[in-house]
Parts: sequence; structure tokens; C-alpha cells
Amino acid sequence: MTTPILRIEDVHKSYGNLQVLKGISLTVHPQEVVVLVGPSGSGKSTLLRCINLLSPPTKGRIWLENQDITAPGVNQDRVRQRIGMVFQEFNLFTHLTALGNVMIGLTKVRKMRKNEARDLAMFELERVGLADRAHYYPAQLSGGQKQRVAIARALGMDPHVMLFDEPTSALDPELTGEVLAVMQKLASEGMTMIVVSHEMGFARQVADRVVFMEGGVVVEEGPPQRMFEQAVHERTRTFLRTIEYMRQAP
Amino acid sequence: MEFVQDLLTTFNFIVQGLWVTISVTAVALTTGVVIGIVLAIARVYGHPSLQVAVTVYSVIIRAVPVIVIIFILFFVISRYVNLSPFWAGALALGFASGAYQTEIFRGALQAVQPGQMIAARAIGMSRLQAIQSVVLPQALRLALPAWGNEATLVLKDSTLVFAVGVPEILRRAQQVSARTFEPFLAFGVALLLYLALTLITTQALRWLERRYRLQM
Repeated sequence: MTTPILRIEDVHKSYGNLQVLKGISLTVHPQEVVVLVGPSGSGKSTLLRCINLLSPPTKGRIWLENQDITAPGVNQDRVRQRIGMVFQEFNLFTHLTALGNVMIGLTKVRKMRKNEARDLAMFELERVGLADRAHYYPAQLSGGQKQRVAIARALGMDPHVMLFDEPTSALDPELTGEVLAVMQKLASEGMTMIVVSHEMGFARQVADRVVFMEGGVVVEEGPPQRMFEQAVHERTRTFLRTIEYMRQAP
Repeated sequence: MEFVQDLLTTFNFIVQGLWVTISVTAVALTTGVVIGIVLAIARVYGHPSLQVAVTVYSVIIRAVPVIVIIFILFFVISRYVNLSPFWAGALALGFASGAYQTEIFRGALQAVQPGQMIAARAIGMSRLQAIQSVVLPQALRLALPAWGNEATLVLKDSTLVFAVGVPEILRRAQQVSARTFEPFLAFGVALLLYLALTLITTQALRWLERRYRLQM
């Protein structure tokens, strides 16, 4: 059994009186693709933001490659360099070109020299199929292109784990394909990925494990085959059936 | 013929104040920008006690007429520090403008989408790096129209330093007028000079705005 790359142990997260995560425990292995599904408000996005310490847990511990990143005194900025995140709203830096967006992390955070940074940035843009748009500003790109640049930007930091927070939810249906294709390619290249998504097709085809969350807890998890066909919990079955039905409806 | 001669003499005398006006404005604007950006960052990202301090400065200074601030700085500060009227006046103007610019840059910083900071942190930037490399560049572009407005106001307020004896355009116009008893000519020239300065500044600002417009 390989050592887990990520271990989430009894994580709780509250915002004032509102308790969003009520004790999540999850283990992720290297190169695993985990898809988190669940209704709105179940805490999926909150969990992602706990993992990369954007919004650290109020209780519980998280281990990244055997380092307790929730321990006091941990340099959170450095931890975030090892975890890439892709957002639903892209959050590309509007004052920079696509190339600039990928380069800025390389020059400012990884302290690379400009030429090295430019080469690596172009490499990542090629990886997501956008080398020809390198000098375009985000406002000049389509939603799918913006998200692919966002993926390139995250990849430039050489992350050990990639977190995707509903990466295609803000996209027109025709544009989701190009982003999902890039994600599938990443998965086949061995990237460890945790994806919050409603894209059941992606979950079925690419996920190693599907985790169903509701009300701040993990209800059930398992390989996509079992989850979609023979889920143990009634609630899991109902939810997955509804999602699939909605996506197939004309 | 004599009229033209008078006009030229008057103009030559007053226009020597042009450089002084420009210098006072430049010093004041620069001081104001530094104060404005630093305090705005403190106000938006700083410790609560720092936020309060900045708000107090901003509210008080903006409540007081600029000329009063200039007088206070000139008559009070000059007692302890050896400051020429030019520097006392220009720095006072900068100090006053700083309060207005703090509000301008504060608004601009807050107008930058929160997702920008989040994404910057997500790639491992510290808060300071994120402010410097991601938020501030965007905020400065957003601030340009309002800042341009403040710049033209500072240009016009630069006349106020005449009251502490700085030989800028207005002061020189006064001197000529007192000597020649031709106030219309003197202040007419002053008016034209200010008009020219403002028009040039406005054009320059418009060019800047177009060049650095943020495509959203």
C-alpha cells in the first residue's frame, strides 16, 4: 500500500456559528483522481479551501506528504506552492496576458529568471493547447480558454496535488469539453487530482474514486462503477440518479 | 502697440512663475501619491488599529480647508524645521492631497475583485506579494480617472501657496497688477496660463487612461 499523498483527519470548519464541515476524514493516494460530489452547501468547496489552507480548518489535521500542514508555525505560503488550485470563476490576473499569468508565479514565487520562466510558461501553455494565445489578455479569451490558462498557471508551480473547484460550472456547455479533455490528460500523466464537479461523465471515466458529501460529512465513497450502480446509501443513489437525469434531459 | 508691449512685459514676468507652479504641483502630487498608496494599503489590509488611525487622518484633513493646512504647516512647522516657503507650501499641499488620494486608492483597492487575491495566494504568494504584484497594479489602473481629477485639483490648489509668499503664477500676477495698475491684463494672463496647464494635463491623463485601461 503506497503512502498517502494527502491525509485529511477529522476536519471541521465553522464560520462563526455556521458549521460547514462536521468531521471529514479522507485519504488520497499519489496519482489518484478523486471526484467530490454532493448538493450545494455540502461543504465540498470549503473542504478544498481547507486543504490548501486558504481557509484553514477550525479543528482536525491535514497531512501533505507526511507533513502536518495544519500545525502551528507552518509556512502556509510555501505549502500552497505544492498544491495547485483551479477556480470556478477562473480568477485570471486581468492586467496580465496568458503568458504573464503563468509567468508571474514562476518569477515572483519560484524566483526563476525571466527567460527560464518564459520557456516554462510557454511549455505549460502548450500543454493545455493555448501556446498561440500566449499574448492575449483574459478579456480576449473564451471561458474555456480562460480556464485552461488557469490550469497552466497552476501547473507552472509544479504542484504535487491539483484541486479543481467546479472547473466547468461557469462555462457554456460547448466549452466544457476542452477543459475536461485537459483534465483527463493531466490525470493520464499521473497528476493527483481532487475535483469538485457535477460532470458525471468525467467522474465515470476518469475518477478512481467518487466521494459523496452532504451536510458537511462524507456519506459514502467508492470506485465510480460501484457508486453509480450499486451505492449502499439511499441518499447517494437518489442524488446521483438526479444529477444524471438532469444532465441527460433535453 | 503699447498694449502689446505691456502684454509682453506682463506675460514675461508672470510666466517665470510657471516653473514654480509646476514644481509645487509635482512635489505635492508625488507626496500625495506616496501617502495615498501607503495609507490605502494600511487601511484595507492593515491591523484594525492602523485602519482607525488612517481613517482619523483622512476624515480630519478632508474636513479642513487646504489653505488652513498650509498655514498651519508653514507657521507652526517652520518654527522648528528650517523650511523655505516653497517646501512648506508644497509639502503641506501634498499632505492635504494625501488624504484625498488615500480615499481614491482605498476605493480602487476594494474595487479589485476578491478572487484576484485568492488566486494569488493559491499559487503561493504571500499577502504582501499578492498586494504588490496582483492587486496594486490593477487598483492603480482603476484609480486613474479619479486620480486624474485630483491631479487637476492639486494643480489649481497650487495657487494657495501664494499666501505664504511662494512666487508662483498668481503671486507674480498680483505683483505685476500692483505695479502696473492693469489687473485685467495680469490676471488675464494668469488665467490663460492655468487654462493651458489644465488642458495639457487633462490630455496627458486621457492618454494615460487609454494606454493603461484594464480590459475586464
